[in-house]
This record gives sequence, C-alpha cells and structure tokens, in this order.
Amino acid sequence: MLMKRRTLFGAVASVLALSVAMATAEPRRGGELVIVSGETPRHMNPAVQSGVATAIPGTQLFASPLRVDENWDLHPYLAESWEWADDGLSLTLNLVDNAVFHDGVPVTSADVAFSIMTIKANHPFQTMFGPVEAVDTPDEHTAIIRLSQTHPALLLALTGALCPIIPQHIYGDGQDVATHPANTAPIGSGPFRLAEYRAGEQITLERFDDFFIEGRPYLDRVIYRIVRDAASVTLSLESGEGDIATITDASSISRLGGIDGLTVTPRGFEGIGPIQWVAFNTRVEPLNDVRVRQAIAYAMDTDFILNALMRGVATEQTSPIIASSPFADPAMPTYPLDIDRANALLDDAGHPRGDDGTRFTLVMETIPGRDQALGNVPEYMRSQLREVGINVELRASPDFPTWAGHLASGDFQMSMDIVFNWGDPVIGVHRTYLSTNIRPVIWSNTQGYENARVDEVLAMAGSELDTAARTSLYHEFQQIVGAELPVYWINALPYHHAFDDRIGNPPLSIWGMMQSMDEVYWTEDR
Amino acid sequence: MSLRYILQRLFYGFLLMIGVVVLNFFLIHAAPGDAAEVIAGEMGGITEEMMAQIRARYGLDQPILVQLGLYLSQIMRGDLGISYHFNQPVTALIAQRAGPTILLALTAQILAMVIGVVLGVLASRKPQGPLSGFVSIFSTVGYAAPVFWTGLMLVILFSVVVPIFPVEGMVSARFRGNGLEYALNVAHHLVLPASTLAILFLAQYARLSRASMIEVLGADYVRTARAKGLGEASVTFRHALRNAVLPIMTVAGIQFGNLISGALLVETVFNWPGMGRLAFDSVLRRDYPTLLGVLFFASAVVVIANLITDLSYRLADPRIRTGGR
Repeated sequence: MLMKRRTLFGAVASVLALSVAMATAEPRRGGELVIVSGETPRHMNPAVQSGVATAIPGTQLFASPLRVDENWDLHPYLAESWEWADDGLSLTLNLVDNAVFHDGVPVTSADVAFSIMTIKANHPFQTMFGPVEAVDTPDEHTAIIRLSQTHPALLLALTGALCPIIPQHIYGDGQDVATHPANTAPIGSGPFRLAEYRAGEQITLERFDDFFIEGRPYLDRVIYRIVRDAASVTLSLESGEGDIATITDASSISRLGGIDGLTVTPRGFEGIGPIQWVAFNTRVEPLNDVRVRQAIAYAMDTDFILNALMRGVATEQTSPIIASSPFADPAMPTYPLDIDRANALLDDAGHPRGDDGTRFTLVMETIPGRDQALGNVPEYMRSQLREVGINVELRASPDFPTWAGHLASGDFQMSMDIVFNWGDPVIGVHRTYLSTNIRPVIWSNTQGYENARVDEVLAMAGSELDTAARTSLYHEFQQIVGAELPVYWINALPYHHAFDDRIGNPPLSIWGMMQSMDEVYWTEDR
Repeated sequence: MSLRYILQRLFYGFLLMIGVVVLNFFLIHAAPGDAAEVIAGEMGGITEEMMAQIRARYGLDQPILVQLGLYLSQIMRGDLGISYHFNQPVTALIAQRAGPTILLALTAQILAMVIGVVLGVLASRKPQGPLSGFVSIFSTVGYAAPVFWTGLMLVILFSVVVPIFPVEGMVSARFRGNGLEYALNVAHHLVLPASTLAILFLAQYARLSRASMIEVLGADYVRTARAKGLGEASVTFRHALRNAVLPIMTVAGIQFGNLISGALLVETVFNWPGMGRLAFDSVLRRDYPTLLGVLFFASAVVVIANLITDLSYRLADPRIRTGGR
C-alpha cells in the first residue's frame, strides 16, 4: 500500500506515477543513492553481526546465495538454482560460475561452505543454521548443505543479510571473525564495493564493475549517511540531502507523507516484522495468573492506541507472528475494550479493590529514548489501567543496558518491548515462547513462559517441510499463546520507507534495503 | 620563564590526566550493564555463550582492578585500546575525530573572542548608551541559554524557516572534492555549530571586556594619553585595550575546558563528526576504551591550552615576564 500524500489527488497521482515508472521506465545507469539512517553499524559484516545498520551496507557488499521478493518468493542470486534432496536432509546449491570477489578472486563453493559454518558459529540467530551439520563441496560451483533434521527455514536463511558469502581467503586466516579487520574494510562479491568508511559518519560504496550480473548495478554509488536521530533523518529527506530512509515514528511519517516528491510506504518490512508488545513476567504475582494478563488486555483500547497515539499509521497486531507473514493466524483470540469484563476477571482472580479503589500496583519498564516513537503507550497504560484498579508505576531506565539488564535478570513485572520476527518464525518467534529458551539474556523467553504443548508444536513446526502442515501447526501455537498471553501484542510498529519519487525499482522486497540494490536506478537526473 | 617551569607544568598535567582516567574508569564501570549487553541489543539478542565470549574478548570478565591495571599499562605504552563498538583502535578514532572538534572549538573561540571583545570595547565607550544596554542583555541571554537549546533553535530556524545553512554533518553526503571546494563545503556546515558555541562564550567575553575596559578607561594613564592629544581610537586600542585584554586571555584559557564540553553538546545537536559525538555515543554503548580515550585526550588538550595561556600571558605582560621588576 502506498500512501501519505497531502491530498487524495496527490496520493493517486503519486501511486500512478510510481507504478508507471516501475513498470515502464528503462533502467538508467548512473547516479548516487543516499541512504540516511540514525543507526550506526559496528562494522559491515552481516555474517557475525545482525541488525539493520550492518545489514544495509552489508548486503550491498556481500552477495547471498538467494534473494527474495515482496511476495516471499525466492530467486536465484549467487546460486543460479537449488534442489532439495527427497528426504529433505540436504540442499544442493548450484553457483553461478562468473562471480568474483572485489579483489578479483573467484567465488567458489568453498566460500559458501566457509560462510555458512562461520555464520552458524558466530551469528546471534543460532536457529538459522542450527541443523546444518556440514557443507560439502563436490566441485567449485556446487555446495551441498547437510542437515541433521529437516529445516524449512533454510531457504529464507540463505537470503539477504542472513547469509552473506564472505571470502575464505580473507576471513580464514585464523583471526577471530567477530573482530576481524576486514569487517571494516570488507571484500565481498556484491554489486558495490567499499570506497570510503568514516566510522560513525558515512559509508561510501561504489559500483563493482565485475559484478556477476551483467549490466548491474545501475547506480554509481550508494552512500550510507549516519545522522543523529529520527528528526535528523526526516530533515535530511526534506532538504533533499538524503534519498531514502527508514522512518519509524508516527509524526515523521505524517510529516513526510505530506511532502511532494516523496513516497512513504509501509512496504519492505514484512521480513523484519517489527512488533510492539507488553511483556509480562509470568513468574511473578499477580502476572502469573492468566486472568490478570487477560484483564489488562481487555482494559486496553487498541483503537485509541492505533488512531490517536500512533496517528493511524500503525496496524493492529494480535499474534506473535507478524500479520504479513504467510504463517500468521487471521483468527486470533481478540481482546476488545471491555472494562466490565476486565474488572470481572480481576475480581475472579482474587484481587478486590482496596479502599482507594486500587487492586494492586505493577511496575512497567519503558525502553529508553523510544517513548515517542512507540506512541507513549506506557503513559496511556498508566491512565487506562487505573480504570480497572491497577496502579501502574513507570520505571524509566537511563539507557539500553540498564533496561536490558532488568529484563534479562527477571527483575521486572511488565515491560514495553520491540521484537522482530526476522522472516521465518524459527528465527524470530520461537525464541520468545520456548521454555528451553528461558535464559538471562535479552530477547529470549524473558517472560519465563512455559507450556509443554507450545514447545511440542514449535518443535514440529520448525522441521515440517509441508507448508500447509506447518501453517496449521503455527496456527495452533498462536491460538494457545493468544489465550495465555505471555505477552500482549499491541501493534506492528509503523516502520515505513520514505524515498524520492524518482527512484526506479525502489527496494521494497520483504527485506527492504537489507537486500542487494543492484536493480535500483534513477528514473531521471537527480 | 624557564624550561624547568614548562616541564613541571607538563608533569602536573600528566598526573591530572591519569587522575581523570582513573576516576572516569570507576565512574563508567559503576553504571549498570556493560558493552556485551549493548552488543546483544544491537544484535537483536544473543545467547549466554556469546555474551560470555564477548566479555572474555574484551576482558570484561576480569576483576575491575585488573581491568584498570591493564588499561593503565596500555596507556603508558601509548595504546588507548580497541573500541568495543567500532572494532578499531581508539587512537585512530580520536585522530579521525579530533580535527573536526578542534576546528569547531577554535572557530567558536576566535569568533567569541573577536566579536565579544569588539562589542565589549564599543559598549565601554558609552556605558549608559543603547549599545551597552544591548550588549548587556545579549550577554545575559546568550550566557543563560543552554547551548543545546540554542543549537536546537538554530536547527529549527535554518532547516525549516530559512534553509540556507546545513544543519547536520561536516561535509555534504554527496560531496566529492578537495582543496578550496572542500574547505568551502566544510565552512558552510561550520556556520551553525560554531555560531551556537560562540554565542555562549561571546556573551562572557563581551561582558568581561566591557567591564575591564570601563575600569581601564578610567585609569590615570589613559587620562594622560588623552591630555597629550592622542586620538580616541589610539587611546582605546593602543593604550586601554592592551591592558584590558589580560583578564580576557586568562579567562580564555580557563574556559577552554568549558569550550570542549560545550563542543560535545553542539556536536551532538548538529551531528558534527567530532569527539563530542563519539563520547556521547560511547556512553550509551558502554564503549569504555573509546570514552576513556576521549576523556584522556580532552584533558590533555585542556592542560596544554592552559599552559599556552600561561605562556602567552607572560608574553603579553612584561611585568609577569620580568617578575615585576
């Protein structure tokens, strides 16, 4: 959905213009694309560092075996074809024969094998390649991934920033890959190579003339400009200094949506799947009672949050799987605003109101520096839950480590949180609900939630190759957690891409800018 | 002024810098959480094993006194360590960021001193006049306004109302060039941050020079100079200002530390790629080596600036140079 023009006419004209440009314009070579971001990458090697900041430049520098479009369909990239074994325990990748790294060394199956095993050993998303036992290389252009169990998430894990093919002749020198000097001076086989890196300020990439797809990339340069914060990103786009950016706060989305020459769209974040929720510590009273958690959900007015606090740019989220995922359950249990029912549940749970009308007090953790971007939901909850006799005290941490420490150590009752799905539920969803993942680290099952059937269903879904059967298992999982509410999902965060209308073939696959931009071009001189 | 005096001052300065490092080391480590948790956050969550690996990699699993000892021994070897965030030597990061910070601070200092002194001198000639009143009000407002607020107001003014100056960065993202073209691009970006920082200190210099000039202009030797028939400009600038400027130079040296700390805030507001922003981000990321390195470097700059002030003070005033003889 493309949106956010000053007038309806403007909106229609813009969509038509973009559609026409995308459909008919002949790709033009040349020009620069300035990506503006408030995120500072630690380095540019996504093999050992997740996160958007590394992924955007990293996917321009490093090619991956496959890529994925806006419909979740897979396409060849470094692998021109791929084939599952009948038993689902191995996947053969047939590599293109003309790919070279930026230093001229050919890309071979040995690099693919090295990369996958390096990612398995170092990447934070351990489930991505967890079942990979080995990668065989019968010849220079064939890699066979051997699995200990069937692994349906594998194909998606071979796309974009999740599987950069890094050169063995550079990273295989015995140094720690996580701190390897090449991480800040990367040699990949992607469409752009590093021209200049000014740490914390700007990354300039230039076209790699020997890129393995003939005629690509179209752009001469991609510049990743790091600015101070979300407001600076907005100003940069308004002034024309920047061409494209991720916008995450409702006010900026509204503001930029009214500017001629800019398109603002929520497309391109289906893979990330950013969800805002309230995490409950299910190990502590009174939140260990499902009725209390449900009462809190019934006391919340989602319409008010979406339309007033989030200014109508966020969408409701009632499930642990982002609504745009093919595995999302469209028939989730819902908790429409119902104060009477919330009161009844709390009475039933044995929490009568005291003389001052208060039943009990809960402490809510807030994520430092994100209140405005997240719609000030904690403040809203404080006033709203007072309606049902729950006194909410906000505990604001001064910075991320403090907040993360509270959650990781279980020193919390409720907390706002933002968690990404990362494409496949195996990668970004299971971790929150598996009882085997109750660990003292952030974004594990810090809620302490335990349900044996959930563990069982997720284990089956994680290895089920039949998509229909897998979807059914995920629906069952969603129904269970939808009823038990270890977390209360509020909304999909209003992540939007904002970009210059003249950009042809804007990066709007499920990974957005976290995938090669070799197909992006300027429809006219900038 | 002897070499021994200079060496003695440098030695005291070195002790001061070590004190700064030790104090800050404990302050930083007293904050909850560590770099491993920040990295976990940036990664979207990591396992306990990876957390342990990160802590081991950076020595965060060692007792704090051991960490301090290791860090001090590193400093003695001229090594400020490796940034946890950027995986680069801190000295390289500082080398990259020091230039922009010094450029910003010195430009602001020169702007503040020149404009402040000129305003102060002009105001002192008619202490009850409208210009003097304006200088007093402007000085009070300029000094009272927090520097980040002034910066934000300028950002709003020049990004929305009168978009004639860039409001972030030091060089345009698309700029590719050298020499004069590059200098002009930087100068264009420098206008707002340097002005923001200068306004704060300009106020102080204007008030100080006004008060100092009023006092000097009432002195006997000034009256004598006028009685000899010297022109007003000659009296003001050749006789009075030279004496009035001494307290200004003293304040300039003392203020250099404040100038640097002001630059830290201004850099954050204007996304100026200097040490201030590096320090600010390092605090949030628990990037101890970078933060300590920046503080170490900043304290060295302040020590050296104060030393230069002392030396120039002696050069400007023969009475000090000759020990009052």
